[in-house]
Amino acid sequence: MAERIGLRVSRYRPDTDSEPHWSEYEVPLRKEWTVLDGLNHVKNEIDTTLSFRWSCRMGICGSCGMNVDGEPKLSCGTFLTDYEPGPITVEPLANFPVVRDLVVDLSDFMAKLPRVKPWIIHPDDGRTVEPDVEYLQTPEELEAYKQFSMCINCMLCYSACPVYGLDPEFIGPAAIALAERYDLDSRDHGQRLRLDVLIEHEGVWGCTFVGECTRVCPKHVDPASAIQRYKLKAALQTVKAFLLPRGAR
Amino acid sequence: MTDLRLYRPRVSTWWWTRKRSYLLFVLRELSSIFIAWFVVYLLLFVRAVGQSEAAYQRFLDWASAPWVTVLNVVGLVFVLLHTVTWFNLTPQAMAVRMAGRPVPAFHIVAGQYTGLVVVSGFVIWLVTR
Repeated sequence: MAERIGLRVSRYRPDTDSEPHWSEYEVPLRKEWTVLDGLNHVKNEIDTTLSFRWSCRMGICGSCGMNVDGEPKLSCGTFLTDYEPGPITVEPLANFPVVRDLVVDLSDFMAKLPRVKPWIIHPDDGRTVEPDVEYLQTPEELEAYKQFSMCINCMLCYSACPVYGLDPEFIGPAAIALAERYDLDSRDHGQRLRLDVLIEHEGVWGCTFVGECTRVCPKHVDPASAIQRYKLKAALQTVKAFLLPRGAR
Repeated sequence: MTDLRLYRPRVSTWWWTRKRSYLLFVLRELSSIFIAWFVVYLLLFVRAVGQSEAAYQRFLDWASAPWVTVLNVVGLVFVLLHTVTWFNLTPQAMAVRMAGRPVPAFHIVAGQYTGLVVVSGFVIWLVTR
């Protein structure tokens, strides 16, 4: 194993640069080091001006997403040794505006997320739920949505999605997967409200099932599946609205 | 909030050549044109059969022209791609449960291929009997 590996890092400084350029660094190549460890080595020992987001270093917080050799990855879970002999290209997540170096602007997602109402909605039949009453669920009821609840909002799926890149109005994979997470929850009564948002063109119908969101998801959420299931629900709702009288829908 | 001077990268027109999976997706989308072509071809065929023996013969002559043959061979490749890729994607789109348990993806895909074989067998029987 070589002792060092090159990192080719995309740099953008908004106060001086009109577009990104590359900076190259050499970092120690250690078996247990991830790309994030490499970047932290650069930040601590070589170039303190390098900016990037990170927090937990264990694939939970979802803040260190970057494009590593063109693939969206959590840099804390991507090992340097897998890219031998290098150099490893590190860029900010694609499809997002770049704030500085590897830091991207997530305000678009932050604005979209509440539109799908990712929280438990109470029934609107006048029944009130006491705040201190436990909502009980069986293991089967938990299993129904658990997979979609694993999303950590790391934005790798948005970075991999060409539809989002071409049409930023598209509400996107993670937001739809989270809508499905609450829809499948036995305690929730908000399906209708979410469908109203997702049935629009920029909702589920924007998706052309490229499937990259699922491939890059570090938590195996499978957003592509959530979107296609939603399409089925939306289509059935349209057919019902067409065939059935108002009260029966 | 401070006014950020953001860099907004543009998506290249050739984005779909960047990754094998993107290219396969674009080819899969393109394959729907050939599906439409096969539908048109089948309708022309049925119409010729329904009209007269002479019309059927004219259809056969037209269909054996080199450009139609080439188009059909290319079309067949795309239709196969269409079938295989969509069959593989079906388990993601359909969460099938039987007896309270999710049906494994392999069974859903296998079910579709079985259906394809049965329908193809019926068509072959119908044409050759």
